[in-house]
Amino acid sequence: MLLTLSQTGPQAESISFLLHKHPANLHVVELPFGNATVFYTETTDEKFTVQLLLAIDPVELVRGAQQLEQYVNDRPYVASSYLTVAMGRVFGTAMAGNCKKRPELVDTKLPLTVVVEVIRSLGGEQVLHKLFEPLGYKVSVTRHSLDEKFPEWGESPYFRLALEANATVRDTLTHLYVLMPVLDDQKHYYVGDAEVEKLLSRGEGWLNTHPERQLIVSRYLKRRVSLMDQAFARLLSDEVEDTDAAESQAEQSGIAEKELERPLTLHTQRINLVATRLKELGAKTVLDLGCGEGRLIRRLLADRTFERIQGVDVSHRALEVAASRLKLESMPARQRERLTLLQGSLLYRDHRLAGFDAAAVVEVIEHLDQPRLLAFERVLFEFARPTHIVITTPNREYNVLFPTLLPGKMRHGDHRFEWTRQEFEGWAFRVAERFSYTVRFEPVGPVDALHGAPSQMAIFVLGEGGAA
Amino acid sequence: MKTIEIPDLSLVVLIGASGSGKSTFGRSHFRPTEVLSSDFFRGLVSDDENDQSSTPDAFDALYYLLETRLRRGKLTVVDATNVRAEDRKRLVETARKYHCLPVAFVINTPEKVCQERNSNRPDRNFGPHVVRRQVSDLRRGLRGLQREGFRHVHILDDTSDLQIQRVPLWNNRKGEHGPFDIVGDIHGCADELRQLLTKLGWEPHEQTWRHPEGRKVVFLGDLVDRGPKVVEVIDLVRGMIQAGNALCVAGNHDVKLVKWLRGKQVQVKHGLEQSIAELEPLSEEVRSGIASFLDGLVSHYVLDDGKLVVAHAGLREEMHGRGSGAVRVFCLYGETTGETDEFGLPIRYNWAAEYRGRAAVVYGHTPVPQPEWLNNTVNIDTGAVFGGALTALRYPEREFVSVPSAREYSVPIRPLNPVVPQARSSQQVLDDVLDLADVTGKRIVETRLHRNITIREENSIAALEVMSRFATDPHWLIYLPPTMSPSESSTREHYLEYPSEAFDYFRKNGVSRVVCEEKHLGSRAVVVVCKDASIARERFGAVDGRAGVCYTRTGRPFFSDPAEEAALVERVSRAVTEASLWDEFKTGWFCFDCELMPWSAKARELLQRQYAPVGAAGVASLQAVVDALRKSQSAAHLLVVYEERLENLKAYRAAYRRYCWPVATLADYKLAPFHLLASEGKVHSAQTNRWHMETLHRLAAVDPEFIVATRYIELDINDEAEVNAACRWWEDLTGAGGEGMVVKPLDFIAQGPKGFVQPALKCRGREYLRIIYGP
Repeated sequence: MLLTLSQTGPQAESISFLLHKHPANLHVVELPFGNATVFYTETTDEKFTVQLLLAIDPVELVRGAQQLEQYVNDRPYVASSYLTVAMGRVFGTAMAGNCKKRPELVDTKLPLTVVVEVIRSLGGEQVLHKLFEPLGYKVSVTRHSLDEKFPEWGESPYFRLALEANATVRDTLTHLYVLMPVLDDQKHYYVGDAEVEKLLSRGEGWLNTHPERQLIVSRYLKRRVSLMDQAFARLLSDEVEDTDAAESQAEQSGIAEKELERPLTLHTQRINLVATRLKELGAKTVLDLGCGEGRLIRRLLADRTFERIQGVDVSHRALEVAASRLKLESMPARQRERLTLLQGSLLYRDHRLAGFDAAAVVEVIEHLDQPRLLAFERVLFEFARPTHIVITTPNREYNVLFPTLLPGKMRHGDHRFEWTRQEFEGWAFRVAERFSYTVRFEPVGPVDALHGAPSQMAIFVLGEGGAA
Repeated sequence: MKTIEIPDLSLVVLIGASGSGKSTFGRSHFRPTEVLSSDFFRGLVSDDENDQSSTPDAFDALYYLLETRLRRGKLTVVDATNVRAEDRKRLVETARKYHCLPVAFVINTPEKVCQERNSNRPDRNFGPHVVRRQVSDLRRGLRGLQREGFRHVHILDDTSDLQIQRVPLWNNRKGEHGPFDIVGDIHGCADELRQLLTKLGWEPHEQTWRHPEGRKVVFLGDLVDRGPKVVEVIDLVRGMIQAGNALCVAGNHDVKLVKWLRGKQVQVKHGLEQSIAELEPLSEEVRSGIASFLDGLVSHYVLDDGKLVVAHAGLREEMHGRGSGAVRVFCLYGETTGETDEFGLPIRYNWAAEYRGRAAVVYGHTPVPQPEWLNNTVNIDTGAVFGGALTALRYPEREFVSVPSAREYSVPIRPLNPVVPQARSSQQVLDDVLDLADVTGKRIVETRLHRNITIREENSIAALEVMSRFATDPHWLIYLPPTMSPSESSTREHYLEYPSEAFDYFRKNGVSRVVCEEKHLGSRAVVVVCKDASIARERFGAVDGRAGVCYTRTGRPFFSDPAEEAALVERVSRAVTEASLWDEFKTGWFCFDCELMPWSAKARELLQRQYAPVGAAGVASLQAVVDALRKSQSAAHLLVVYEERLENLKAYRAAYRRYCWPVATLADYKLAPFHLLASEGKVHSAQTNRWHMETLHRLAAVDPEFIVATRYIELDINDEAEVNAACRWWEDLTGAGGEGMVVKPLDFIAQGPKGFVQPALKCRGREYLRIIYGP
């Protein structure tokens, strides 16, 4: 990986003093994951160009500290947290603003250019501009192709980034130090409290006014909410007095919701509707099949009419998240008794699913391969056989109204199918008849006259003669 | 010396006052682990054997262990005073729950002796009134013990000079290993029985029948009622049992007939009238002989080291080899739901659907059109008396042998289901929905070839998710391939792997002949192909209308588009037809282990996410480094290093590109089958790898455009010239860009002096390893 820094114009050699690297020498620093070499490729009166070459041995990393999972890895070739660690070692003095020989240069703005040969940018070219332009850089970006032999594989996530500015060497290095891992959106080391300190000290004087500070803080701290809270509290404490905590809180949580706002709102509507219907049906004991991280459970727990709630999911990981989101360990005993979380599958008969008043299957069936619905139907309608069953699934007709969804695509990468209203109703009627239930339907979310609602719900009730 | 016999699976209850000598008795006649003493449990929960306040907790713990032991079929002795009927009631119930026989031993030591013993023990500081009350409680209950449910009651005034002998239950015939011919409900069909015996190879011999191969008949009961020749059947069966050539369990009709013979009130219906008509004219002596014969029939037998259980109406696993009223009732009548059907007959509970036992259970009782295995149980009552057939099961061969009935001797209340050709077996229908309890938690899988395999709970948790979310319909998942080991790293310069190490491994493990197969870089694919969809339905129970499947090594459908999968199955099926393999193997289906190319078809995501990006980032980055180094004096010495790295990266790109090509239709794929795993009735693991290659080459020959004939050589690894030639062969393959080769012992399953030998070792070429180990 190569990072190129140049100074042009008169006294182009200033950079070598600031960087504490003699132009005639080769500077090599050993690092835990390889080594860093500094050398000059131009030393004229008009231009000094210094190169930082970072060598990483991926095989050593995989076999040794196990920081990398794969031998075949892009880390040796891209600007990443490895590079910033190297910068800290090699250019630490410069970033700290120390220059004994020429102290006046530290705060002098110089005509600088920076080239980062390969940087991965999550979010593409746009993010590169958004991060560097507010700091006064002229940004030029070229995208590297993924494989010119296979254009159908699409674009690579890598760019060549060139920056130009009249800036101090200290500021430029600091900006790169903070923003390169933000672009790359990975870190090879543990991110904890120390990372907050690092971000705040490196970001001093520019981060709190940066328009993308949310993105920077969030990615730099690997989206760890507790760390982000700390960072924001301190970053914004400098601001005018009337910025109260609530506002900063809102700003912070806005990060996660921003892109997902619409579907989240829909999901909340869906959960509220399902909970309302379950209550109207008089269900006291409820199965939440495919409970995921437990949003419906949380909603049901809040209502004491639901005496017993059993969340089932096939993903053990999702159940762990649910347990932690619902704060299961510290839940008061009375509430805790009402709730069971267990791993199970909608495709296996399971005696633990029997004996409930109602089952909710919210946005789950579309994750099953269609031929396997046969097993699902029997597991739920024949063996578990609750009195009421509420099933929701996306309405495919509505997809055309999602501006960002490409035609013919499904809403989620794991959806195996998405049904029109007619398809869903046809399936539901067949199932109801076969297992002696009655069924009615209801739209979920705002209804479009032509395409219906974004999601659709079927409410099954065990028929009179259907108890056999 | 007096000998007392007790059943070897009993709950022995010691009854006696404190100080009566129960514990001494328990110690001298039973193993220490068999005796659960209330004193000991008080000590366990409270550190004080005499702390009466700990009694409830002590009994909770005692009962937990008692139930565990009885469930596991271990004789257990409960050493507590047990002097009151209410104390004993729970013990009798517990024995019944686990179908063990409760046996009472009353240690009837005089009160005076008890008092003396207690006064010599400083820890027993309760007053004399306690023992007095115990003794009087005991006396009061003595006569009611049988009524309380104790099967055997022994009152001991003197416990010395006594011996206890454990006797196996009547049903325990584990020592009988057959082979057996198990015969279903006969109901007086003597002619059909003789025909069946003849068909099974039995010969009349001195008033009875014998089999030249020393087989034994097991009759499943219901010898009598309904049919024309009840007495003949009884005589024949009794004669064979007396000659030691047969066993017979009781059926519900046999039991009812005994009641009639013994003069009890019974309703004369369901065919009892036929038996009565035959028996009434007989002498009292003959009738009483028949009564005691039928009355002596045991309700079930456990045979062949516990691998076979026979009972008239079947038996749940937890009742095998047990003795209780509930067991007998189940054996005779089966399990019913308590409801009745439109004919007024009880609706049967399908216990067999839940059966998971290791023992095969063979039963009758309810006529079925055809015998059919379900979860290792089979009902072989094919309604002989109703004009069906009399059926026998040969065990251990598991063959059914039937003779049709001469006529309908009796009209069933509920019509026999007509024999419709059922496309799917009961087992397949049952397996449409699998039971979670069969796959979760820690599991131990027994394998035929190897040791047991333990699946840890965390693995079964993960597997449940993967199988539920991604796997193809489990009806089709008959095989999941293992991964293959590479050979040891090569000591040769510039080579990570070289054939010598693979050959060394096999030589060290006593294998001399190996087959080297060209290794294709594609994706592992298992292809199951049926002649047509109806065979798929019949053989695999698949209701999805597919005539075959193609799935990955983790059981996921290989193609997301069902049409593509159908096209592949179609094409393989056509090749099988053209190569005439259906008839040759007498099969309607095959399972092939294959590599499906190109690699990019399945691995495209991997290529896009990992391989291609590393190539793109690497070339761009290293090109810039090389350019910079060319301009530097101080770092010029690094140039040669980075030029080489750039070249390696370009070679890496070229390496993965070689295995990639775009696929639009099936014609763009290539299939390289390398194992013919199975066909009807056979797993082809006894065939050599040469046979697999030769057979599969015949498939390739009829569709060379699509099916690849994997190149292979066979050699003797102790022959240096052959080994050298094989190494050259590998060098040529890999030099031309091939992935490498797989070295397999000639035998599909090879055994060396230290056990099983690896079935294959891969030995990959340098160009290919660039992809694995990076540039």
